[in-house]
Amino acid sequence: MAYLQVENVRITGISACVPKNILVNVSVESQDYNVDQFIASTGVREKRYSEDFTSSDLCFFAAEKLMEDLGWQKDDIDALIFVTQTADYLMPATSCILQDRLGLKQECYALDITHGCSGWVYGLSSAATLLSTGMMKRALLLAGEGRKRSFSPPDLLFGNAGTVTALEYFEGEKSFQFHFGTDGSRYDAIIIPDGGSRNRFSEKSLISVEIEPGVFRMGIQSRMKGMDVFSFGITKAPKSVKELAEKFKLDLDTIDYFIFHQANLMLNEKIRKKLKLPEEKVPYSIEAFGNTNSASIPLTIVTKLGTVLNNKRSALIACGFGVGLSWGTVAFTLNDPLISNLVEV
Amino acid sequence: MELNEFIRKFADQFDDADINALSAKTAFRDIEDWSSLVALYIIGMVDEEYGVRLRGDDIMKSITIEDIYNIVKSRE
Repeated sequence: MAYLQVENVRITGISACVPKNILVNVSVESQDYNVDQFIASTGVREKRYSEDFTSSDLCFFAAEKLMEDLGWQKDDIDALIFVTQTADYLMPATSCILQDRLGLKQECYALDITHGCSGWVYGLSSAATLLSTGMMKRALLLAGEGRKRSFSPPDLLFGNAGTVTALEYFEGEKSFQFHFGTDGSRYDAIIIPDGGSRNRFSEKSLISVEIEPGVFRMGIQSRMKGMDVFSFGITKAPKSVKELAEKFKLDLDTIDYFIFHQANLMLNEKIRKKLKLPEEKVPYSIEAFGNTNSASIPLTIVTKLGTVLNNKRSALIACGFGVGLSWGTVAFTLNDPLISNLVEV
Repeated sequence: MELNEFIRKFADQFDDADINALSAKTAFRDIEDWSSLVALYIIGMVDEEYGVRLRGDDIMKSITIEDIYNIVKSRE
């Protein structure tokens, strides 16, 4: 059973950065539904989108802001974890580049994690575990998605965002409790098939083929089996929350907020109703920012909770699920965290 | 699980589908409002009402409402 409990670590602050540029959904590529039906179903009216910023750029700006707001010195950071599916280069790891760009000391642990929608939860588990012995004191978890590797028309569902979660060793802090799951048999449910070492980039990778009626994709562009992902999300996400609650004897009524990966409003509402959670405990950022992959959980905390979390302890459960297929759920406490104002670039 | 009840719940997933015009043999892709979004509603309805997980392949290989009904019934 893939459970984990991590002690003596707390989340000290969270920040997020998005492009200023707002893209409003006014038309759809599909031939079988219109934009109003798309918005009613997914909840995505608009999102932030720019061709100017990579994932690491957006995370970099969010990190500068958070370290300034927290008053953390650059020499204080012992570890940096960067979660993205759009690294700056195929090699080296972008976390190494960010260590230098942020001016962090060379005595720094740096790691890239290639995960999407579940990525923040996985990154959090890695960062928290690193700090839990107290040998490393402070870590930055960067998670986000910026511009894609190859040019694609802006996707209706997905937006750009970079986030940073600051963690530190804090003796006696209430523990993080995790549950994880993986179903690699559905690896092609969300995939960019070409450009890796399995299907090397070739001339064929640039040929646009009709993958479903009216929808064309090149091999180097991402594609999604929407029905499979939907079916996966409405079953695995609530199950993971229930399993976590059962394992750690958590009463869901005592949780203040449930932050789900912002996949698609209809899907998220199914999850909320299955768990019988009241609307006011389940904030959504998807209407204004779209599905922002690994950034969606911290972005929702920054834009929808923000100062609500000030001067008190709040109990949260966050659940990420998607590409992999991969999912993870975490129960944690925020104790008067510093939530930076949204950075727009 | 009863077929007519399933057809009624199936029809509820469309904005304007006339329940009286639908039968077990209706090819659901021929219903005017059918779309890939409605397919998601169907998957959601089946999960909620019957506790059965439908996948994309189940929808794609089905022609009639009864085809989907039979898949759901076999997994109940």
